[in-house]
Amino acid sequence: MTLLKQSLAVAYKDLLTEWRQPSRIAGVFFFCFALLLLFAFAMPNTQMLSDIAGGTLWLGLLLASTRSLDQSFHLEMENGALEGMVLWPVPPLAMFYGKALANALLLTLVTLALTPLVVVLYHPVWNGDIPTFLGIVALGCLALAAPGTLVAALSVQARGSSALLPLLMFPLVVPVVVAASKATTLHLEGDIMSQVDDWMRLLVMFNLAHWALDGWLFTRIAEDG
Amino acid sequence: MSNPDLMLAFGAGGVATALLAAISMVRGGLKSFRWEAYVGAFGLGMVLMGQYMGLFVAPRERMMGEVGRILYVHVPSAWLTMLIFTFTCIFAFAFLMSGKRIFDSLVESSIEVGVIMAILLQVTGSLFAKPTWGVYWDWDPRLVSTAVMTLSFVGVLILRSVLDDPDRRATWTSVGAILATLSMLITYFSVRLWRTLHQMQSSPDSVSDPMVVILRANAFAFLFLSIFFIAWRTRIAVARAQADEAPPLPPEVPV
Repeated sequence: MTLLKQSLAVAYKDLLTEWRQPSRIAGVFFFCFALLLLFAFAMPNTQMLSDIAGGTLWLGLLLASTRSLDQSFHLEMENGALEGMVLWPVPPLAMFYGKALANALLLTLVTLALTPLVVVLYHPVWNGDIPTFLGIVALGCLALAAPGTLVAALSVQARGSSALLPLLMFPLVVPVVVAASKATTLHLEGDIMSQVDDWMRLLVMFNLAHWALDGWLFTRIAEDG
Repeated sequence: MSNPDLMLAFGAGGVATALLAAISMVRGGLKSFRWEAYVGAFGLGMVLMGQYMGLFVAPRERMMGEVGRILYVHVPSAWLTMLIFTFTCIFAFAFLMSGKRIFDSLVESSIEVGVIMAILLQVTGSLFAKPTWGVYWDWDPRLVSTAVMTLSFVGVLILRSVLDDPDRRATWTSVGAILATLSMLITYFSVRLWRTLHQMQSSPDSVSDPMVVILRANAFAFLFLSIFFIAWRTRIAVARAQADEAPPLPPEVPV
């Protein structure tokens, strides 16, 4: 129970920091918006756009997430904030879960803001219902946030971290991109073969594995930090 | 050499010897005895013999013809890639649990050898795929997860190369190695759900006897060579770590 409270406190602190400087999260959003525009230029015709809408949303979010995850630990490097955090009476586990939760929430927020843009720009067929769509978004963002936070913690103190983060993170989240874009596309097109459940189950499995293991791995990193 | 059981016993004996030697090395004994050189020489002999048998003695593959002979490189390297990365994960857990530096050296060397094996696997695989499937690459679960696995272990090596502090480097390499192994497993399942083309694994029952023997000979040859490479590389890593941690030379006193 204390772990939950402490994690929520860390998450609150991170979200408050973002709230007080909204330009950062706006930057991530417009980065993703620019990507959505650019992806469209790579397509030979506009008919294809509606087919790839779901996948593009997740690919854009993945690329944008490297920006926001990078910031999540870079902020702590200013004025020795990380040392201060390590001195808190909070176990590293709570720090990891708090930060990962905050990152997941921010990613969900960006996704929800981007969805109308995808609908307008890519005009996908929309046969799905909103609650299932929200479920896919939440699961996908949680799945990106857990390994992303761990990798951000790994790469932030290394030289050339901005190149290292995507290199370490992208192979880890291949299953998320596959499952989330498949689920989104199938759900939007109307899930005739009812395959969406399989993909969502995969996302749940990925979340369970990573949220359990990454916390433990983070405590090992924090001890040597 | 025609009896598979004899081959198996022979190989198992070699593996047991190598394991005993490895255990003695972990415990600090036999420091000056370069046992791996003998394992390496033995492996080199076996790989020459195994490849000769694969190219000239083995029967033509019924469906694929002469192209099928690439099997004797492709399949052993696939087995060894899996085996080496499994050991990498075990070493990484061992390091995180015990904090013994020898496990960090083992993680480093096994990742390097594993990545080489994985690249060999994918190069032979795509050469194999062109005449049999008609393309160099397809989005098959096994292909995708192998590529993803290679990428993530290369990422770990790069992470390792940019960290200077030895303690931090050791912990973070192990963390990265465990993450990479996990990602490979989940990637495999996720892409299998997506689509599949690669044949299911063959078992000795579905492969003709002479082919089984030659495959096993090559697999043991690759195994011995990998043990040699990993042990040799581990020695280098240990020596490097000792050099890093050696106290600086005393300043020269002007006469």
